[in-house]
Amino acid sequence: MAASAARIAARRVCNGAFVGFCWLVTAIALAFLAAVLWTLVQKGMGSMSIDIFTMDTPASGSRGGLRNAIIGSIILCALAMAMALFIGILAGTWLAEYAGDSRYGGVIRFLNDVLLSAPSILIGLFVWRLLVANVFHHFTAWAGAVALALIAIPVITRTTEDVLRLQPTSLRESGVALGAPFSTVIRGILWRAASGGMLTGALLAFARISGETAPLLFTALNNQFDNFDPRHPLSSIPQVMGQPIANLPVVMFDNALSAYDDLQRLAWAAALIVSGSVLTVIVIARMLTGSRSA
Amino acid sequence: MNELAPDCFDVSVAQMKREKVKLEVRDLDFFYGKSRALKGISIAFAEKAVTALIGPSGCGKSTLLRTLNRMYALYPGQRATGKVLLDGEDILGPSVDLAMVRARIGMVFQKPTPFPMSIYDNVAFGVRLYERLSKADMDARVEESLRSAALWDEVRDKLGASGLGLSGGQQQRLCVARGIAVRPEVLLLDEPTSALDPISSAKLEETLAQLRTDYTIVIVTHNLGQAARVSDHTGFMYLGELVEFGPTDEMFTNPETGRARDYITGRFG
Amino acid sequence: MTRTVIAAGKPATPAAVAAVRRQPKGAELERFFEYVCLAAATMLLAALGGMLVSLAIGGWPAFAKFGLGFFVSSDWDPVQGSFGVASLIVDTVLVALLALVMAVPISFGVAFFLVELCPAFLRRVIGTAVELLAGIPSIVYGMWGLFVFGPVFASFVQQPLMNAAPPGSIWERLTQGVPNGTGILAASIIVAMMVLPFIAATLRELLLTVPGQVRESAYGLGASTSEVVMRVTLPYVRRGAIGAVMVGLGRALGETMAVTFIIGNAHTFPNSIFDDGATIASNIANEFAEATSPIQTAALLASGLILFLITFAVLALARMMLAEPRSP
Repeated sequence: MAASAARIAARRVCNGAFVGFCWLVTAIALAFLAAVLWTLVQKGMGSMSIDIFTMDTPASGSRGGLRNAIIGSIILCALAMAMALFIGILAGTWLAEYAGDSRYGGVIRFLNDVLLSAPSILIGLFVWRLLVANVFHHFTAWAGAVALALIAIPVITRTTEDVLRLQPTSLRESGVALGAPFSTVIRGILWRAASGGMLTGALLAFARISGETAPLLFTALNNQFDNFDPRHPLSSIPQVMGQPIANLPVVMFDNALSAYDDLQRLAWAAALIVSGSVLTVIVIARMLTGSRSA
Repeated sequence: MNELAPDCFDVSVAQMKREKVKLEVRDLDFFYGKSRALKGISIAFAEKAVTALIGPSGCGKSTLLRTLNRMYALYPGQRATGKVLLDGEDILGPSVDLAMVRARIGMVFQKPTPFPMSIYDNVAFGVRLYERLSKADMDARVEESLRSAALWDEVRDKLGASGLGLSGGQQQRLCVARGIAVRPEVLLLDEPTSALDPISSAKLEETLAQLRTDYTIVIVTHNLGQAARVSDHTGFMYLGELVEFGPTDEMFTNPETGRARDYITGRFG
Repeated sequence: MTRTVIAAGKPATPAAVAAVRRQPKGAELERFFEYVCLAAATMLLAALGGMLVSLAIGGWPAFAKFGLGFFVSSDWDPVQGSFGVASLIVDTVLVALLALVMAVPISFGVAFFLVELCPAFLRRVIGTAVELLAGIPSIVYGMWGLFVFGPVFASFVQQPLMNAAPPGSIWERLTQGVPNGTGILAASIIVAMMVLPFIAATLRELLLTVPGQVRESAYGLGASTSEVVMRVTLPYVRRGAIGAVMVGLGRALGETMAVTFIIGNAHTFPNSIFDDGATIASNIANEFAEATSPIQTAALLASGLILFLITFAVLALARMMLAEPRSP
């Protein structure tokens, strides 16, 4: 009897230690998050001013802001998302609807996962060799957008395939039973049914690429100036895209490591802007998923 | 043991000499991969009448139904040999346009499957594939289809609302409306009320009774009472074969084969 | 044109409609659409194949010039023109492994917490918080690591550990260096933070796949929480858990921006955990844009190829562990 009482006590202690451990490490993880967010707010807010949004990036000592970097980032991300959505949705559709259990489908799925987790700097190197070294012969925004697109595509492919697979077979069959060609069933019915999930995937992909620095280091690089003319957006876009373009991540990289205080403060402001938008997008995406599964 | 009369097919056609045959099946075999699910099925479906297919689980009645509109073509491992004649034309032939076949032979599934769009668009979806109607004509077609499905009164004020917001019974009637909006000639129903409550089931049965005046209907059902209520002819299937076929009243009051009698009286199944 | 009009007033009986029915809308696109989708999917193959080929071709001059010495030497000297990736590889693997050692217990604990212990109303909040941790851009972690974490790390970890090590012992050797808040251990800690939400999220999804009845029967037998988790649910998903860890390893190997900021950029073979170092990824980030000679560029590309192959192998192993048989 004493033996089993001792065993029960031992088990209780074990369980207590385990439960305590889980609480503790969760607290540690949350503490890290809080620490980083706190730093962002503290250092970032301190550097915020209206100049940030109205003036371009400066050299040390002069007044400036992040306007060209913000516009540049928006342009890069928008273009990258457009390319990624086009390819990713079609690729995900192929995997879900046409690939079935084929070997080729399995290979593509695996390669998609590899691209998803591949070091983004290697993607930057690839696009550098392909586009910067051999095609454009200098850094361009196009190259940056392509690099970001390559990072976003696997995210969108994955979420598209997952959400299409969730649709019941009977939905497909009902469309086909009406005499609709299969591609019409996909485009008219399945994509509609999956639209919520695809939107979430797009948001998550956007969150991912808007903070990426490594692939931009050798593709879009950075640009002190702003070539974008809002009065003639369409005509200035080709000109803008053919040059290096300012963007928030590389501005952060250049300025944070510089020796100048004012540039470092600018880097923190950029960090706050980028992190703030990324985190907002993640929260929105989470809310969308929650409301759909409710 | 097979108690099928050797010329069951000819008998059934003879019985229907006074009625026109819309859809005929001759010597149909069906394979899921290597295993044969249907063996030498021969059966005729009368025009503008309701034919019920009954039998225990796994007898092949749903498989037979899904052969009639070539739904199995979606799945690579499944194939059929034999003939299925729609107005004399073999729809199992190699050069047959599947989409057109399915436009002429509609199907309602066991589980209601409303499309993720408004009620109006649900019904109009199929129509828009094949016809270009003016707004007024399309409105009329949608209304007529919903009336035939006994759903109009319940949804007339909310045609723009999503089809997903309807109750199960309403969704199923929406699927029926969607199916007949295309003006098929044959309507196949695969256990349409098995997922519905008794009140919705009754409503759907009433709808079928009215639809028979315009459509040839084949209904697969587990519910013997439903088969008796709703159909003009009944076929009893067992283990992939058509064991007996005849007018419903005769089948239910005096089945010829022992197997059918055992099933109908509830000795198995 | 493919669609027809039934004249107003003319009754649309099945026969009438059947008589005028033509090809349905979209029939012409059928084949085309399938091929477009296939092409898009093949783009993934092309992208990865292209990466492999591009890195191999670009790095070839370095392999050709240095031969096997490339892998064994740690001599990375742009001025002299001699390059060797040994220390880079060692640092990359070391940082990743150290990061995993720290991240795995924490991420497992977080996953267990979310599945078994978390009060229901907090579950979404904490789950979202874990996702936020994964979403913070790598460069922000780098900046935080360098400017905020570094000084704290120097005062509270590096200096005490260095002072506490008995002179002449192996600990002294392992903790020598300049306590300036950078180095291999510091980088590993930051990478651990970045990798843990991925492992935690994957593991959590796996734990949720355990059928409710299995857990309930374990509890019903009187098992405590720790016993249910460690002896029932975790073994149930053991292969997947290993796969999740390997995905974390893959990410840790490739982590660039955070490491660049905090590892100190030195090309020596690491002797102590406080030594500065350089991973393949951080080295490329530091040097590529200002590479002075074609051979340096080639060496950097070659190191990139090595990183690609290591990561690919790890992810392939992870995939084998995580793969569930697709239900027919």
